[in-house]
Amino acid sequence: MRKEEFNVIGHEVPKYDSLSKVTGTVKYPTDIYLPGMLHGKILRSTLPHALIRNVDIRRAARLPGVKAILTGRDVPQVGFGAERDFNPQWGDQRILQATKVRYIGDEIAAVAAVDEETALEALALIKVEYEELAAVFDPELAMLENAPEIHEGVKNNISIHFPLVFGDQELWKQADYIVEGRFSTQLVNSTTMGPRCSVAQYDHAGNLTFWRDTQFPFGLRMELAAVLGMDAKKINLIRTAIGGGFGSKISLQPFDGVCALLAKATGRPVRIAYTREEEFSCGHPRHPFIFYVKTGVKKDGTLVGREARVIVDNGAYNALGPLVPLIAMHPFVALYNVPYLKYEASTVYTNKTFGSAMRGFGNPQGTFAVEQSMDMAAKELGMDPLEFRLKNVNKPNTTSINGLKITSCGLEECLTRSAEKANWSEIRGKQGDKKRGIGLASLIHVGGGARVFGFPGVGFSDGTGTVVKVDDFGKVVVFCGATDIGEGSDTVIAQIVAETLGVDYETVFLHKPDTNSTPFDLGCHASRTTFTAGNSALLAALDAKNQVLELAAKLMNASPSELDIKKGNVFVKSEPSRSMDLVEVVQKGHFNFTNDGDGQMVIGKAVYEPPNEITDPQTIMGNMAAAYAFGTHMAEVEVDIETGQVKVLNFVAAHDTGRTLNPLGVQGQTYGGVAQGIGYALNEETIFKNGKVANAQFHDYKILTALDMPPIQVIEVESIDPLGPYGAKGVGEPGLVPTAAAIANAIYDAVGVRMTDLPITPEKILKALDELKLLGSSV
Amino acid sequence: MMKNITLYVNGDKKELFVPSHKMLLDVIREDLHLTGTNKGCDSGDCGACIVILDGKSVNSCLVLAVDADGKELLTIEGLGNQEGLHPLQQAFMEKGAVQCGFCTSGMIMASKALLDNNPLPTEEEVRTALTGNLCRCTGYISIVEAVLSVPVEGGK
Repeated sequence: MRKEEFNVIGHEVPKYDSLSKVTGTVKYPTDIYLPGMLHGKILRSTLPHALIRNVDIRRAARLPGVKAILTGRDVPQVGFGAERDFNPQWGDQRILQATKVRYIGDEIAAVAAVDEETALEALALIKVEYEELAAVFDPELAMLENAPEIHEGVKNNISIHFPLVFGDQELWKQADYIVEGRFSTQLVNSTTMGPRCSVAQYDHAGNLTFWRDTQFPFGLRMELAAVLGMDAKKINLIRTAIGGGFGSKISLQPFDGVCALLAKATGRPVRIAYTREEEFSCGHPRHPFIFYVKTGVKKDGTLVGREARVIVDNGAYNALGPLVPLIAMHPFVALYNVPYLKYEASTVYTNKTFGSAMRGFGNPQGTFAVEQSMDMAAKELGMDPLEFRLKNVNKPNTTSINGLKITSCGLEECLTRSAEKANWSEIRGKQGDKKRGIGLASLIHVGGGARVFGFPGVGFSDGTGTVVKVDDFGKVVVFCGATDIGEGSDTVIAQIVAETLGVDYETVFLHKPDTNSTPFDLGCHASRTTFTAGNSALLAALDAKNQVLELAAKLMNASPSELDIKKGNVFVKSEPSRSMDLVEVVQKGHFNFTNDGDGQMVIGKAVYEPPNEITDPQTIMGNMAAAYAFGTHMAEVEVDIETGQVKVLNFVAAHDTGRTLNPLGVQGQTYGGVAQGIGYALNEETIFKNGKVANAQFHDYKILTALDMPPIQVIEVESIDPLGPYGAKGVGEPGLVPTAAAIANAIYDAVGVRMTDLPITPEKILKALDELKLLGSSV
Repeated sequence: MMKNITLYVNGDKKELFVPSHKMLLDVIREDLHLTGTNKGCDSGDCGACIVILDGKSVNSCLVLAVDADGKELLTIEGLGNQEGLHPLQQAFMEKGAVQCGFCTSGMIMASKALLDNNPLPTEEEVRTALTGNLCRCTGYISIVEAVLSVPVEGGK
């Protein structure tokens, strides 16, 4: 179908929940106040690595207003973390530590009190006796033979090691040039504006109601049941509005289990809300990476392959760390046509706060290394970086050497259209004394689900269920398990249901999700919601539509295939004047006007599982996603050689959306992604001093403000995916994936220094310029 | 120490009995039950708690409630009415300026304070006025567009 033929799809509709947000009526978990509710606070380790000798709670317990105190000895010591995934042994976290702490922030004890102030006072009265151990903060030092052992029996602190080879290793010998580089990325924080919070309440039958700003309600319920040792049937997980997620709210965290146990111990509702300092110190940031990369090319500009040694700084616990090098591998193995890859990755424990998921999940790190390596190879070849990429560009209907089946692919169009918009050929390499430059970088990311989450002992799923109920006043209520973390997936689901059923967007309502009433879903991650939940909603709406047409056929003396619905009007396609209001059709069904036994109700349902594959745990082969998203970023920068300051002057972001369902949504995701990407490139970094986060407030950890933003031009490339809902693919994460690499490449074009360590601060630029001068080259 | 204070909240007179060290933000959320004003950092950095106090935008997490005694307080709940939304609320919806929404009420209140004093701001003035409001979702672009789109008469 052409764009003009849609009534809702492709239209700029207001965000589904925006009315509640502009009027302040939206409820985040921090807005839940229950009668008798207590406030929980966590006592955290002040040492990066130590044995816990004793925890004395006697003075705290005597403080008036304190209702319960828990230590590691009082809670089930059930391992959790990455147990949902490939290997149950990866679950190395505990909700409270009983014997040992491994980073500054590790949970030791918890208090529930009548208010936050009293809870904090009680924490100060708990005395912990430690036996301090040697700590290690650098992953390359942590891998040495004599390094401190962070987890018992984990040799060289290597949590997981992947030695992988894909494609034809013989091809490496055909390389005319091999360029090498070391690239490193820093730890950054999601800085969701809304701090995370859970609220727990038990009833007298032992049923737990749990409110949380979770990205994955069904996963959190499963994890909660496991760490509490309770029957998951007794838990109703209510997903509240979410003040930003970006991945950091995907998993259970210790405070969730603690919150439930404090509620159980006191018989009163308990809430635990993170402070901003806790967000920065224990908030599931993005993993730092180190890459040693070799790129091989032939003289004609054909890519021969890549070899990479990769070190992931896991921090103190696994969370999702063992998986993150595998997504970081996607640009190495599948961005452009890559016939060979050797990829050796280790995820290494250190005594620092630990990463989990953050927008792109390894891909921003991998793309930073790969896309700078591409520019370095282009220079070696004497080729224009754009021309070099176009020569090796991904094509539709190809399979990468690790088994990613690329179907729709708009990368070539992303490259050419962004080059045109950014004036690439006018600007590149022609800056003279202006110290200006332009750089580009592209991306590949999962855009059609990602079969990466399993339940232990059960298996893997990537599905979403949806129920669409049309009631006797024409109100369309959607029960969908998917989670909108602010990015706008609820809007897209409502649009898809409205378009498919043939009703107005305004008549569609989304039931707020909870595990008691909404069907199963695998959570908001991997840019999967538009694709998987969207397809599920589409199929459920189609089911509902067919039921309406069956009813209408009986009432209108026609066959269902002769009928259609548009804007809530059921009509005969060949004779549109013969029509009935959808409301009348449904009402007559309810009240059995069709005289065929019982009354009829319109309840459509569907489960959608994308046709993707489980990645083989040994070979890491498999088609992880049912579609892949592509994109190209071009950054024009100016470098002040006196101060080292980099200014982004103009930014073009082209993204292969499959089909744009809501232009406001795609633009919003891209603007926000680029803003995060510029921060990642130039100024964001969590700084540690002996393992302690030294910049745990926004006045020390700088994210971009309204004054720091360059103009951003968004290009939507519509490759119309064969499996996507109305052709759409996921675009949630891609917005920041190539940004840092594009800026680094632009800096090279401007002043000739190759910046390989993020963030690219003025100090690093000045140092690199000094080194360049020493080498005798004039800037 | 507890103290009696009077606040004129969104047009209504409220008598409150509050600890003298309690912050206005906590009084707004816990005593007045107006949860549209959010706590993002509790240190005056993020702007999610911005309200208008006697015509000026303030970070309510930095103002002692007792210092607001006798003053007029406008929160997001006081904008718009049964007949319709305030033009800023409407513009934020239409321009796609809302994503997760946690910064939204602070953004709207800071923008209202700007437009009340400067009904025809330049883009630079809008950006400068919003530097105390952090947003992690939007890159600010649609927010700035929304503020600039509000008609002059709607600013008041």
